Amino acid sequence: MKDFAYAAPATLAEATKMLSEANGSAKVLAGGTDIIVQLREGLRDADLVVDVKKLPELQEVNFSATHGLRLGASVPCSRVYEDAKIAAAYPALVDAAKIVGGWQIQSRASVGGNLCNSSPAADTIPSLIAHHAYCEITGANGRRNVPVEQFCTAPGKNVLQKGELLVAIVFPPALSHCSSAYERFIPRNEMDIAVVGCGSRVQLNATGDTIEFARIGLGAVAPTPKYAQEASEWLAGKPASEASYAQAGELAKKVATPISDMRGTAEYRTHLVGVLVKRTLARAVERAKAFKNP
Amino acid sequence: MAKKTVVTAEINGSCAEFLCEPRQSLLEVLRDTLHLTGSKEGCNNGNCGACTVLMNGKPVLSCLVLGVEAEGAAIETVESLAQNGQLAPVQQCFLEGAALQCGICTPGFLVATKALLEKFPQPSEHDIRFHLANNLCRCTGYDKIVKAVQAAAETR
Repeated sequence: MKDFAYAAPATLAEATKMLSEANGSAKVLAGGTDIIVQLREGLRDADLVVDVKKLPELQEVNFSATHGLRLGASVPCSRVYEDAKIAAAYPALVDAAKIVGGWQIQSRASVGGNLCNSSPAADTIPSLIAHHAYCEITGANGRRNVPVEQFCTAPGKNVLQKGELLVAIVFPPALSHCSSAYERFIPRNEMDIAVVGCGSRVQLNATGDTIEFARIGLGAVAPTPKYAQEASEWLAGKPASEASYAQAGELAKKVATPISDMRGTAEYRTHLVGVLVKRTLARAVERAKAFKNP
Repeated sequence: MAKKTVVTAEINGSCAEFLCEPRQSLLEVLRDTLHLTGSKEGCNNGNCGACTVLMNGKPVLSCLVLGVEAEGAAIETVESLAQNGQLAPVQQCFLEGAALQCGICTPGFLVATKALLEKFPQPSEHDIRFHLANNLCRCTGYDKIVKAVQAAAETR
């Protein structure tokens, strides 16, 4: 690996100062499961690596049934899915966190890092879009919030400016009769990159037969993860039925502009959007019928 | 060259102090500096699992951890399994069940299995296959490994 300097600041102010004043390229290290590989293989370049796992704000998991979830950007996936309260309230996030790489990867890799790596096929991002989460970013010029669906700008690129740092991902509370699911299509059982990934979240009415509102996020169908806005908005007020899910799947295909590669053709990926939207909506609805905010 | 750092960590239950460059992986430090060559370098990019060690009780890929990140951490390698010249039950089960051929993947499987059995004392076949999915074996076809893990669970 090319030589670089290493720092593990203890405060946010110190970290943003280091990142903004760095001569040359500074890279953030959370779980390291992407950045260390990229540095070793020369895909990214760093003169300074800033380890953000000692920053309390980035290691914080703050859950409240009434206020939602504040998930520190360097919290590893395993801490997300081992938390029973998070698993109950944010199942799409947990579905995704459980299949990012294997167990060893999940012990280190963070949801924030998955977001900042900004792969179009990242597993957690469609689930974050479905959960209507936003990114809390800090930098020399203060704080700003960015909706998750606006965070990625191109494959491997995002809105973070030099000196800025993703601090946390913030989720609205999960109300009763609300739930979600994430699924990806891969040709094997585990340890693969999504051909297509889809996260869906629904809020049902009290009797559980009507969708009050929904959000669908898609991965690996465009240069960045996508919010399927038209499909999501169309579902508002529709019956929780297979026919609704199928129609939402058709509408969601409109935001898919996939490429053809070794994992699948553009046509196949577009077809999978319809399949996964149906499956994740059906699963989210089943879960939502059983979910009560305590 | 970036400044070398002195790192203190608990390695296999003993306090160890080592000097490393920021760009050195924990795997390089374990093998080349501390001469703990049980952890293997397979792919060196996080796919194969041959370098699996426990870091604060969690299975991690030591090729994807920087040596400097080990500061203050407890690291357990495959060398910690056998005690006083006696193989651990999980090692004995791999041996008796012929759950290896070339053996390069075995240290990683053993360490991951140790973590697995702590999390799931009586794992189902699904638990075993799912949690060992980050460990690749090109020899056995996995069935004998799964059976050895089940046998190790029965000894507990």
